Amino acid sequence: MSTLETTLDSAEATADDTVPTVGGTTASPSLVGVVTSSDHKVIGRMLIGSAIVGLLVVGALGALLGAERIDGDGTLLRESALTQLFAGYRVGLVEAALLPLMLGMCVLAVPLQLGARSLAFPRAAAAGFWAWFGGVVLLIISLANNGGPFGGQADMVSLYVAANALTLTGLTIIAATVATSVLTTRAPGMRMKRVPLFSWSALVASIGLVLVLPVAVGVHIFVYVDYQYTKAAFGAANGITDWTGYLFTGPVLALFALPAVGFFAELVAVVFKRRMPLRGVVLAGIGLVGLAAFAGVTQQEVIGLPWAGSGLTLSEPLTKFADLVTFGVLVLVPLLGVLVVLGVSALAAKPTKIGGETVRPNLIAPFVLAFFGLDLILLGMAATALNGVDDLALQGTVFEEGAAVAIVYGAVVVGLGAVAYWFPKLTGRMVPTKPVLGLAPLAALAAALASVPYLIAGFTDQPANAAVYDNDGPGELLNVLTTAGHALMALVVLAFAGLVVPAFISMITTSDADTAAGDAAGDNPWEGHTLEWSTTSPAPADNFSVAPTVMSPEPLLDMKAAPDFARSAAAQSTGAAG
Amino acid sequence: MYALPPAPAAPPRRQVLVGTAVASLAAVMLMGGMLGVFVLQRERTPDGELWVPQGVQIPEVPTNVMLISFGTLVLFAQWAVYAAKRRDRSHIGIALGLVFVIGLAVVNAQAYVYNRMELPVGETAYAGMFYAVTGAMIALVVIGLVFTGVTAFRLLGGRESDQEIVAAHALYWYVLCAVFSAVWLIVFVTK
Repeated sequence: MSTLETTLDSAEATADDTVPTVGGTTASPSLVGVVTSSDHKVIGRMLIGSAIVGLLVVGALGALLGAERIDGDGTLLRESALTQLFAGYRVGLVEAALLPLMLGMCVLAVPLQLGARSLAFPRAAAAGFWAWFGGVVLLIISLANNGGPFGGQADMVSLYVAANALTLTGLTIIAATVATSVLTTRAPGMRMKRVPLFSWSALVASIGLVLVLPVAVGVHIFVYVDYQYTKAAFGAANGITDWTGYLFTGPVLALFALPAVGFFAELVAVVFKRRMPLRGVVLAGIGLVGLAAFAGVTQQEVIGLPWAGSGLTLSEPLTKFADLVTFGVLVLVPLLGVLVVLGVSALAAKPTKIGGETVRPNLIAPFVLAFFGLDLILLGMAATALNGVDDLALQGTVFEEGAAVAIVYGAVVVGLGAVAYWFPKLTGRMVPTKPVLGLAPLAALAAALASVPYLIAGFTDQPANAAVYDNDGPGELLNVLTTAGHALMALVVLAFAGLVVPAFISMITTSDADTAAGDAAGDNPWEGHTLEWSTTSPAPADNFSVAPTVMSPEPLLDMKAAPDFARSAAAQSTGAAG
Repeated sequence: MYALPPAPAAPPRRQVLVGTAVASLAAVMLMGGMLGVFVLQRERTPDGELWVPQGVQIPEVPTNVMLISFGTLVLFAQWAVYAAKRRDRSHIGIALGLVFVIGLAVVNAQAYVYNRMELPVGETAYAGMFYAVTGAMIALVVIGLVFTGVTAFRLLGGRESDQEIVAAHALYWYVLCAVFSAVWLIVFVTK
């Protein structure tokens, strides 16, 4: 089977020993089986697991750099190591945490939601994962040996740029497989407007990534060749951040966090036990967030809005209009998209009655995480918009870092919710609900602490990426809070890993489902509406023994609403086939 | 487990073709981004300084022949599609073979251009960017050649019903032809 193979051969899928078989009985996977697996659930698990490790490292780095900046003297760490630590932190937030987590969610859940037996081009997705993984390892090696932006070891600086290009190439390949899956592997009857909201967000995000990441790869090729041979056009090691920094801050982060928005929208309908009202508007809202891709395509780190004191000056109306349009389309419209999703979600929260009884919402732990996380993403996007207003003079301060951390950690909080939500389909067990509910406010607090103080410190002109600064304001307190936020986030992620890892281990080591760790999950423990909940928990290797029919965006709700749905759907299927 | 009704057999959704389209989009963005930065740096050349170093000339004949080669290459790729629809193995073989040979000729022409220019990569900013853009283009051509090889093995190996891959193969070369046209205009003509 080559990377061109579009799906798993059914025989191979059934024989794949890396994943559980049907009905909660598990088979012991071998290490080689996991490493070479092309099962989307295994690839998704590897991406998410790696992202969790990346988050732990990034959280520790954030705490370390926050502590270094507490007193403004920069005495805690060696000055020569600071540039590498800052680079590792910035790159790690996006390339080792945010993107693999979001793409991991997509790879894991999208085929299940679409009623597909596998991801499109599963071997290519596996190759993409290993390219990404190898790139991250090389990044760590280069940074540990005085490479990276402003690095002093020439070979390691080159390695850093090449490793970045490899990492981005791997992520592009994974995104391409996700996009192709949504476009081509939907269950019969699942027209594009019936695609689950999360899968829709995965499609928009993955197409956006296919637009943005190759451009970044091209820039890295230029920077690599220039650094290696001439050091004339791209500013040598000092210019790396100037040319590639737009990937790690600014409007494009909204695109990277887009699957988190879709996941939230997906859960709203489940929690409030109803069909999503104004579904088309939600689809459009998610699409609007995708416009942030154009900030990445045009390599914009900051979309500036030259306000000029008392207001927009009219001396150059066309220039001002162009500034306003660019700012509006690339910054405000994606923000509007998230607001649209939140607004329609508020409509969905309106109490409804079924049979004279008010339907009580089922506030499940994943939704609580998703709600907190989306609020933080919204905060980060609003802060990114403010950062563009030139008159506020926030560019070059830690305000940018605060905005980026709010988006990344917000998406991470949503991502933890997604792992808890789809955990039954991976392991057949539930993540312990009460501890996860307890972690949710802690995760939100950690993300808020890691970001909001820097949003405030930006107004006091604390410079970005610098440990030494003029500390005559509340800087000390703000940096202490940020340090605590990063440390708390690392602890929350560690605690979350502690909740999910035992179930994974017992899945690997135990063949008897009754003795595995954690509570057994039913096939649809959250009363979900989409196709992934129509198959067994854990999902079998090829997901669905027969391809299900879809007649609305909420096929499982159809069944509950009309007991004779199955019969009528079967009749229509037969008619359609005929 | 909910018992959703089984669906009729799913209609083919042209997965290889769509996947190739997405990959081609990535190729367009890669080269488009690189050409954008190339033009930006060219425009930033200070007054009085030369963008293309003194004495460096890009041989026009081989670069024009490369453009013409791409045109004929897509013609043969389309011939392979036509032949595959008729399950004509001999014509598929000839068409894909010609695509492969012309693709190799494009790589050869680019190597000839490098050889004739005698431009050290480390000499100027232009040199590094010239080699980066054209090198990336050649990498995409090499990927296309591998794609041609896989397509040929599949169809000539007996999977004659797999016509979609030939269409996807043609699509990739069409996209590459368009991308090279931009490279030709920006890098080889306007420099």
